[in-house]
Amino acid sequence: MQKRKLLLTAVLASALPALAAELSVKIDIPQLAVAEYHRPYIAMWLEKADGGQVTQLAVWYDQKKKDNGGTKWLKDMRQWWRKGGRDLEVPLDAVTSATRAPGLHALNFAAGKAPLGQLAAGEYTLFVEASREAGGREVVRVPLSWPPKEARSTGSKGQEELGNVTVQLKP
Amino acid sequence: MHSLTRSFLAVALLASVSAAHAHRTWLLPSAAQVDGKDPWVTVDAAVSEDLFELGANALKLDGLSITDPDGGSVQPNQTSTGKYRSSLDLKLAKSGTYRISLVSETAMASYKLNGEMKRWRGNVADLKKEVPAEAEELSVSTTLGRLETFVTAGKPNGTALKPVGSGLELIPLDHPSEFLAGQPARFRLLLDGKPLPGLTVAVVPGGVKYRGVLKETALTTDAKGEFTVNWPTPQMYWINAGYPARVNVPEGQPRPPMPAKRYNYSGTFEVLPQ
Repeated sequence: MQKRKLLLTAVLASALPALAAELSVKIDIPQLAVAEYHRPYIAMWLEKADGGQVTQLAVWYDQKKKDNGGTKWLKDMRQWWRKGGRDLEVPLDAVTSATRAPGLHALNFAAGKAPLGQLAAGEYTLFVEASREAGGREVVRVPLSWPPKEARSTGSKGQEELGNVTVQLKP
Repeated sequence: MHSLTRSFLAVALLASVSAAHAHRTWLLPSAAQVDGKDPWVTVDAAVSEDLFELGANALKLDGLSITDPDGGSVQPNQTSTGKYRSSLDLKLAKSGTYRISLVSETAMASYKLNGEMKRWRGNVADLKKEVPAEAEELSVSTTLGRLETFVTAGKPNGTALKPVGSGLELIPLDHPSEFLAGQPARFRLLLDGKPLPGLTVAVVPGGVKYRGVLKETALTTDAKGEFTVNWPTPQMYWINAGYPARVNVPEGQPRPPMPAKRYNYSGTFEVLPQ
């Protein structure tokens, strides 16, 4: 009995991850010593190496302004704006949310679920772009393969508007 | 109830201040040092988000004042105001250093009229005219602002660098027409002519649009109201200070009421390569 239960657990443990590969991203928003601080707008997306298809993962913008007025500055995330941001209807479920304070923010995406969905196998670049009112703009890129064959951690770092961007992949 | 209204008032006032502050106001001279037989300078006056990119509004030249190398007052040869900028042309008839200033006194008023909260923002001179006499619970906050830049024809001199003695102003202790990248420059901050210690000023280089990162430096004045800037790269810089200092309140915390009187200073300085 005990043995069968163990076996079952083992089967489940090996089966489940294959069904739902995971992409986790940790974004460090640095505290800045500036006279006028506004929280950054941040966009995160995946771009396929061949073909360049874009998968929108997250867009953080000021959602407190009246009449969706915070959308006015979305264009300042210039790369994202050109990579489909311009045509994105916001707010968008599972993608858009409010701006966040300085600190470490973790986002988890699972295969099969929005916004990742059934992402085609291939080489990708994860883009994180930050733009701050009265501040600067910066893009951090992290290359990755999908689906991941093994658990892997990788990352990159910004100079000023973005700190460490850490990507964890689980098969 | 009264205190509730008052704190609402304070919040509303601050919201409009921060909205106004999201943009930067600036003067931009064509050069800080002009040589040759017939020296002229063109100065742009604008408000925008990125320094020194045109894109929001022109600044009115109403409060323009130009001090010549002998300390006298001179008028620009011509001015124009377009969509994104105002400009002035000035013939630098005398050899030496000129100070070009744009001084403004703006007011923000909030009041109750027939039970309804109203807000008004504009020139202090128009306050009486714009706010009805029957207004109740009138609260006014005024800001004395100074935008400044220095331009030299030929050999620099120091007469136009002398303090005005009113509001917030920055006195260059090294000559502002001779700033070089990699060399330190000393400044003294004055409030109504007296040194202002312990205030943090922002030094922001222009060109953020093409550079990406802001590269702003925060410096705090010492006991003598002085600070030193080490210019990292040659370009135009904007130095800004506000008094009383901005209070950064954590999210969800109540904001302190607006001070009745505020001061703001922004100077533009050119730094050349060595």
